[in-house]
Amino acid sequence: MLAYTLKRLLAGAITVWFIATATFIAMHQVPGDPLMNDKAVSAEIRKNLEQKYGLDKSATEQYFIFMGNMLRGDFGISFTQQNRRVNDIIRDHFPVSATLGLLAIFFAATGGVLWGALTAIYRNRMPDIIIMFLVILGISVPSFVFAALGQLLLVNINSMLGQSLIPVAGWGTFAHMLMPSLVLGLGTMAFLTRLMRSSMLEVVNEDYIKTARAKGLSPVRIFFRHQLRNAILPVITVLGPQIAAITTGGFVVELVFAIPGLGRYFVQAVQQLDYTVIMGTTVFYGAFLVFMVILVDIIYGFVDPRVRLE
Amino acid sequence: MKFVLAVVLLLLIQAANAEVDATSVDFKSQTITIALTQEPPQLNGMKATDQVSITILGHVMEGLVRYDRRGNVVPGVAERWEIDDKSATFWLREDARWSDGSPVTAHDFVFAWQTGLAPTTASEYAFILYPVKNGEAINRGEMDPSQLGVFAEDDRTLRIEFARPTGYFVKLTAFISYFPVREKFFKLKGDRFAADATDLLYNGPFKLTEWTHSASLKMVKNDNYWDRDKVHLNVINADYITADTRARLNLFIDGKIVHTRLDGETYKDALTQRFRIRRFSTGSVFFLEYNHRPERVTRNRNLRKAIQLAFDPNEMVNKVLATPGNLPGASLFPIWLNGVEDKFRREYPAPVSDVDVKKANQYLETAKRELNLESIPPLVMLSSDSPTAAKQSEYMQGLLKAKLGLDIKIDIQTFKQRLAKMTSGDFDMVTAGWGPDFDDVMTFGDLFASWNLNNRGRYSNPAYDSQVRIAMGSSIPKIRMDAMGELQKIIHDDSVVLAQYEQGVIYLMHPKLKGVVRRVIGADPDYTYARVVK
Repeated sequence: MLAYTLKRLLAGAITVWFIATATFIAMHQVPGDPLMNDKAVSAEIRKNLEQKYGLDKSATEQYFIFMGNMLRGDFGISFTQQNRRVNDIIRDHFPVSATLGLLAIFFAATGGVLWGALTAIYRNRMPDIIIMFLVILGISVPSFVFAALGQLLLVNINSMLGQSLIPVAGWGTFAHMLMPSLVLGLGTMAFLTRLMRSSMLEVVNEDYIKTARAKGLSPVRIFFRHQLRNAILPVITVLGPQIAAITTGGFVVELVFAIPGLGRYFVQAVQQLDYTVIMGTTVFYGAFLVFMVILVDIIYGFVDPRVRLE
Repeated sequence: MKFVLAVVLLLLIQAANAEVDATSVDFKSQTITIALTQEPPQLNGMKATDQVSITILGHVMEGLVRYDRRGNVVPGVAERWEIDDKSATFWLREDARWSDGSPVTAHDFVFAWQTGLAPTTASEYAFILYPVKNGEAINRGEMDPSQLGVFAEDDRTLRIEFARPTGYFVKLTAFISYFPVREKFFKLKGDRFAADATDLLYNGPFKLTEWTHSASLKMVKNDNYWDRDKVHLNVINADYITADTRARLNLFIDGKIVHTRLDGETYKDALTQRFRIRRFSTGSVFFLEYNHRPERVTRNRNLRKAIQLAFDPNEMVNKVLATPGNLPGASLFPIWLNGVEDKFRREYPAPVSDVDVKKANQYLETAKRELNLESIPPLVMLSSDSPTAAKQSEYMQGLLKAKLGLDIKIDIQTFKQRLAKMTSGDFDMVTAGWGPDFDDVMTFGDLFASWNLNNRGRYSNPAYDSQVRIAMGSSIPKIRMDAMGELQKIIHDDSVVLAQYEQGVIYLMHPKLKGVVRRVIGADPDYTYARVVK
């Protein structure tokens, strides 16, 4: 178990190194100049800026300096917010994205398992057809549409009630989180519903279910103890990467609901060619993703007795 | 079970709302809530360049002078001043205080200007300090900052020596780059200066008390401000930061914010909500800039003339932009600029040439002959990735094809890429714009001088340069304006750029909030003199 974990962690570190290197190379290939702005600056000012950010050195040198700093856990200073360190940006804004993401995953997982199980039970009947139609909607409609619609719904509810029941945007309290996390989790919920449905349908025809039925167990007991528990495994498998994806993929939702999350920095940094923030956020998210995948693999061992970690 | 859950949830929401259920205006406490379009990237006045930072700084800081409600220059930290061609002297008021209670002195200005110009600061706005003697040389690293022509004769007397006569110098001192900085505090904070609310000293009508990055800022009335009796608002909460215009409109409808700008899409929704829609001219001019480098066909004057005569700015404003507030572009100099006694454009009307497709085609034929070309090769039109710019470029593409048979290749690029291509000259035409940095014709006038780094099309014309030099070398308004009037003619005759429109914005403002000032330069919107009415 320990050896396995260590091996996985080592492989994970190599993956993160690869992500960092690939991002570094790709970033420097993007045309455009990170230090250029609306107002043109003189050659001297430009030289000073290059010095400050180490852009006067060759790309190879920059790479080794970056790697050295990264190993010490220092991502440098942002290009656009010149007195904020990238580490501070991650520390201030990741918890926000994570809170939002976890709540979204909670909605997505409970919803996905529930709807998935329901559709499997009512296979090819009305509830199944309706839910699967909604699922296709959920997968194919982009999140900015849901975000706009969700917000509009809140505006209408509030104006109908004549008072602000649920805030339209902003951050700070639980009420602020409800709609954005629901919107953010919708796509994942749809995806998990499909996964759960197919996995559930497989389980329903297994021999041990027949045996359970033959034993005379109550349908409720069979559903919870035998069907659900076995069918849920694939859902857990994808949950890890999904958590990582959802806590990073909130750019649009963060924008629409004015949420101070890291997703905004992640996207804007690329648009503004903010080298240090691009590297910092990418490596951080990469490491986070890798870690979640490893974590899920280890948890798998506990949930499924057939899996042995060696 | 479900019922219990529902009740708990409702209670939770109510409890959570108790503290956030603030409306956009509150008469009793004179509190307002606003939304910002982005997190201010920089609250260090020496380095900030963006509108959000400039707006915040305009509320929490004050220069030697400031602009009043009507846009006139009024005393700020300085209570009076004298200015001639060679120098200026400002006498500072006794009761100007920093937010920690210490006095604002002449030394604070000397330090701020020297530091702003130091090449190590790498300020993009350093050029605005160039009228001060030796400013440019210091910024180039050729002189030590201590040699700057600004002196604190005592704590309350500031003397400035000019590099050249600068009649509009007093107006410049209202700009963020001219704001004072206390040396001791600056050195104490080091890298952290202006990084958080506590890392900055304030001498303006408000002070920043809270700054949660990307989430909210809170400005509270500054009790140490000398003119505090004119300030009615006690608190300005910037509780929302989002660039999404629809989200801001929703917040406005929900009564959470006092102001939001509208775009083409949200405009329609605001109309159906029956809000009163207001207009404001931002003072910026948008134009098609040509590449004048020798290897480009757009260097040919007759080709540019052909395009000029085929283009109708009215159609651009009414059919392409199609939101109220924009004005058809007629000149590089927008209508709000002041001339000698009246508005510049009234004293020096912009030359006009009506659309004349036949004549345009004659120009085109001449151009082809001069260039020795059977036909003009496809022209690259560089454009930014905003929806407006894309619409504009497509319109121009269709227009030039239909009227002149010119083929245009649109090259849409993101902000940084577009700038890089503009600077390296990788375009024939580019949709661009220019916003004023200070309240004088020169902020537009020297844009296409051969030495100006922002002249990215490399236009170079000795006649143009000499008019700019005349205006720069004098402080007599008539001489300066005459030169700029000549300049306006050159721009039209030589078709240096194709003015397309003067930007206007439409916005919503809470009806109970009075006295908000919209400004072309500096803090905009300016809530300094605003008050909530019953």
